[in-house]
Amino acid sequence: MTTTTPAVAAPATTVVARPVAPPAEPPRRRTGGRRAADHWALWGSAAGALALTTLVFQRIAPLSGAIGFVLCVWLSFLGLYALVSREEGAMAVRDRLASVVVHSIAVLLLAVLVWIVLYVFWQGRSALAHLNFFTEDLSAAGPADPLDHGGALHAIVGTLTQILIALTITIPLGLSCAVFLGEVPGRFSRLVRTLVEAMTALPSILAGLFIYAVVVIGLGRSKSGLAAGVALSVMMLPILIRAADVVLRLVPASLKEASYALGAGRWRTVWTVTLPSARSGLATAVILAAARGIGETSPVLLCSGYTKILNLDPFGSPQASLPLMAFTLVKFPSQLHAARAFGAAAVLLGLVLLLFLLARTVGGRGPGELTRRQQDRRATRSLEDLRRMRRPEPTSTGPTTFDENQNQNQNQNRTNPPGGSPC
Amino acid sequence: MNDPTPVTGPADRARPLTANPGPADRIFLAWARGSGALVLLVMLAVGGYLAVRASDALSTAGWSFLTTEDWNPDGGRGQFGIAAVLTGTVLIGGIAVVLAVPLALGSALYISEYAPRRIKRLLVGLVDLMAAVPSVVYGLWGFVLLQYELAGAARWLATWFGWFPPFRMVGVDVDDPLNPPVVYTASSLMAGIVVAFMITPIMCSIMREVFDQAPPGEREGAYALGSTRWGMIRSVVLPFGRGGIIGGTMLGLGRALGETISVYLILSMQFEIKLQILQTGGSAVAPMIALRYGDSSPFAISALMAAGLTLFLLTLVVNFAAAAVVARSRSGASS
Repeated sequence: MTTTTPAVAAPATTVVARPVAPPAEPPRRRTGGRRAADHWALWGSAAGALALTTLVFQRIAPLSGAIGFVLCVWLSFLGLYALVSREEGAMAVRDRLASVVVHSIAVLLLAVLVWIVLYVFWQGRSALAHLNFFTEDLSAAGPADPLDHGGALHAIVGTLTQILIALTITIPLGLSCAVFLGEVPGRFSRLVRTLVEAMTALPSILAGLFIYAVVVIGLGRSKSGLAAGVALSVMMLPILIRAADVVLRLVPASLKEASYALGAGRWRTVWTVTLPSARSGLATAVILAAARGIGETSPVLLCSGYTKILNLDPFGSPQASLPLMAFTLVKFPSQLHAARAFGAAAVLLGLVLLLFLLARTVGGRGPGELTRRQQDRRATRSLEDLRRMRRPEPTSTGPTTFDENQNQNQNQNRTNPPGGSPC
Repeated sequence: MNDPTPVTGPADRARPLTANPGPADRIFLAWARGSGALVLLVMLAVGGYLAVRASDALSTAGWSFLTTEDWNPDGGRGQFGIAAVLTGTVLIGGIAVVLAVPLALGSALYISEYAPRRIKRLLVGLVDLMAAVPSVVYGLWGFVLLQYELAGAARWLATWFGWFPPFRMVGVDVDDPLNPPVVYTASSLMAGIVVAFMITPIMCSIMREVFDQAPPGEREGAYALGSTRWGMIRSVVLPFGRGGIIGGTMLGLGRALGETISVYLILSMQFEIKLQILQTGGSAVAPMIALRYGDSSPFAISALMAAGLTLFLLTLVVNFAAAAVVARSRSGASS
């Protein structure tokens, strides 16, 4: 007791109480997650269902078939899982059953997608393994010729030519129309928008029939890659316009208003503000429309027709395309032609995948959102602006030539507000 | 002394805000309007041209166009009509939608409600990719593989549920074990299944977009009241997304009605009304056009145009209805 605390010795002095250590917080409860019992219920029911179904299929009932087996396992799993969960109340049972059903549907859909893609590549592997599949056309190879004769070059060339023609028409017209819908509001643009939205689901065969009736029957021209390209562009136009319209509507109004406030006109605003801010989304729209157009068979079937010969001229004679080749060859009762059909489908699928990956890398960013490199470039540019704008000390510039001074003065005059005092 | 009346100047009037656009803007406006008008013209031309070319066949056939099953345009009046193909189209579309709705709904719910946040973006990309897979690929898959894989299931349905009229087999003894599986392929059901997988992704992505917009406050409210996840979905997400579900379904139906190539590959065309979905043979408008467009006579082409016009009007009605449902729903038109 030799050391008395100051608070006791001199009660008049106020001492700030030392903050009491806060009581130890109770450990956070986990609000989500699964308990061990949940895992046991899930996996136990799965094992039970598998065992029960195997027993029924092999010993008790004369059942067979893979589809039936999977279905029975699934149904008995649902039943067992419901029974096991029953003690937690009816609400928990319903929740778990719904969760299982939703999960299995998602798995089913993804499995089908993977199945389709892998199946096409697997069936086409024998044709794709031969390099001549990419360098020869099919004019010299019949249904009985082995796979090291003939290939899909005519179809690849035809597909690329036709999609190029279609894009040449679709991109300028579609983007202009999307800009029109976004920038010139009014009754007319509402009408156009309604019609375009309704035509998004125009069956592609009708686009083909329309061009076939106009070009081949009406004008009496022969079937050609050009007609097919035009038919594809009729089909792609509404898709592109709709996607681009959605993207353009996402451009923040504040950006456009800032541009108007700086005195820019409508054209200048569209060209320097709206379109560049939506660039990533517009590119995605174009690529996805191209992916849709590249896989269409029926417009090409009607407007261009199938040929086995490599045809570089899209104007006067039939021209094949990859989907049309796959469609035509798979109907032959020949295994070799079936393999070629799947090879063509695999090349087509590869092209679509490529376009799709391109769209994912280009797109997926909102308007005005920049990539790392764009940000860097912009930072460099603004640093440069800063250096340019910083007033040079007349003494520290040292031995500058007359020209440089002139330049700096001009820069200052440009950056200073007109009312400011030029030094 | 000081008169407080304010000095009255010229009365304030709203100034006109429109400025005189310069020549660049005038050209831009004309260009934009022109491209809009051109697109409008193209879209109208598709329907208009079909109607004009179809008038020949329609005026010859009259009402028999709607009631005749056969398709033999060169035979003249009463020999061709869309009763069979239109029924077949609606039948296949119906099968596809019935199968696709649970698939799309389930996967949309999974992506928006159940999937871990990490893989959500990947899943959205996969579904979009599935929508971009060309229809001829689905057709090849269904034509070469799927219909033989599923023939056993179709036989099972015909054996045990043959009392249900659509599953009845006409002229085939279902109990005969020597029946080749071929009698169960090339049927409306197989075509419908393949089309269902084709339309599921587009339906799924529309539904998912709407589900994602369900207000978080209401979700949390449901959880706060003690709801399970499924209870929250039933009381918040599904009611909120009802417009999207119906609209997405109808858009999928519109796609299914116009599907050509995969149905052409799988279905063996028969020009009669056939409601037995398990049995080989069926009909649809779009594959018929692809099958018969090479007919030489101008009248046959005109008849095809009439069939195409019917398909056009059907898909247009379905699409407009879908757009109206989506726009009127609480979630609104998202895209």
